[in-house]
Amino acid sequence: MSIPTNDQASVQTGSQADIQASDKPLGRDDLARLVARDIAPGSFVNLGIGQPTLVSNYLEPEQNITLHTENGMLGMGPEAAGEQIDGDLINAGKIPVTELPGASYFHHADSFAIMRGGHLDICVLGAFQVSATGDLANWHTGAPDAIPAVGGAMDLATGAKDVFVMMTLLTRDGVSKLVEACTYPLTGIGCVTRVYTDKAVFLTGPDGVQVRETFGCTLEELQAMVPVPLRAADPS
Amino acid sequence: MLNFIDTVGEAVAGIKDGSTVMIGGFGNAGQPFELIDALLDGGATDLTVVNNNAGQGDQGLALLIKEGRVKKMICSFPRQSDSWHFDEKYRTGQIELELVPQGNLAERIRAAGAGIGGFFTPTGYGTMLAEGKETRILDGRGQVFETPIHADVALIKALTADGRGNLVYRKTARNFGPIMAAAAKHTIVQVSGIVPTGGLDPEVIVTPGIYVNSIVRVAAAAGKTESVA
Repeated sequence: MSIPTNDQASVQTGSQADIQASDKPLGRDDLARLVARDIAPGSFVNLGIGQPTLVSNYLEPEQNITLHTENGMLGMGPEAAGEQIDGDLINAGKIPVTELPGASYFHHADSFAIMRGGHLDICVLGAFQVSATGDLANWHTGAPDAIPAVGGAMDLATGAKDVFVMMTLLTRDGVSKLVEACTYPLTGIGCVTRVYTDKAVFLTGPDGVQVRETFGCTLEELQAMVPVPLRAADPS
Repeated sequence: MLNFIDTVGEAVAGIKDGSTVMIGGFGNAGQPFELIDALLDGGATDLTVVNNNAGQGDQGLALLIKEGRVKKMICSFPRQSDSWHFDEKYRTGQIELELVPQGNLAERIRAAGAGIGGFFTPTGYGTMLAEGKETRILDGRGQVFETPIHADVALIKALTADGRGNLVYRKTARNFGPIMAAAAKHTIVQVSGIVPTGGLDPEVIVTPGIYVNSIVRVAAAAGKTESVA
């Protein structure tokens, strides 16, 4: 797993007492701000539909991030408003957007070759569940009456160099979405490298789950909520 | 053989019952609404339709589905807040669905146009969408064998054609147009403008005219006047 170079300063390592702790859980915007800060300058990034889209509000111009949208564009700008709205210029969520100087358009096969070919540095996705080894479930609840729709979720999960997930740690019923093994249908196997939640940032991979930061809880309290073994992040 | 055709009705008149029809567009961007309306009026039925979605609202592909003309959808994202016509047909067992990850859909269409017999891709490996498919470990990664999607007809929308059928598109309305044009036996294009041969810079042509069979001009087929769902 690669950690973007600008992230080193924020990775707290060593004993659990060293884990960077915020005194309360993070809201959606604070979480988006944190993800935005962790994206290395110059990265090519795809932000998934929903909560991940918020990240774009917190990217700084000096980060020089290029946003990809799977319906065929690099250099996507902010959501369009008023006179800017153009039915031919939309994002993957079918929301009208704008183009930035240096933008490019390409057809769908090229757009997914950009993904599958490993050219995107990071994609940020929502999730129903993430497993301890980075399996992702985010496209289908598996309910018998649900109409399945996958879109580009599997391609994004499989193709980007790093897959960040943004989600609340617990369901409305208080059940952890970070799990030993996903019970919802899988989107991809071993693809998630980081999980940003309201209560902690987790690093996932073949060696299990490390905790980089906690928000409003201790590592012990976090462990009581999550059914997989946690440890403080290794020195990097 | 390239034909410039006066009306959308004439353009789609040759589409037979039971055809596989690719329809361009991602959401409403690039969706050739006028050609779809003409297909609806023309009465062809028992169709297999290839599109990213399965219709939005009460227009275009959604109406084709509502009228029971589509026996099977091959798409990546049928379920949307306004896909009520597809939802109803699907829940009552009146339409078949082949759900394909979006990048696999695009590459299967591209493969058909490029004469590729199939390919291995990591997308979908280990998921329910790969069930029953051949898999291999290649370059250390699990990969799934996917086959090309061919079509009898493609209906697409472009911005401008020249006299040789060369096409340019507009912004994200390009999406599936270029690959569908190549994958179908007969490609029908609606454009908002036609310029004389030589009127498009050869360096900026996206779809060469060799992939195009029929062109029909539809006023305001692209641009800011189009409504946004």
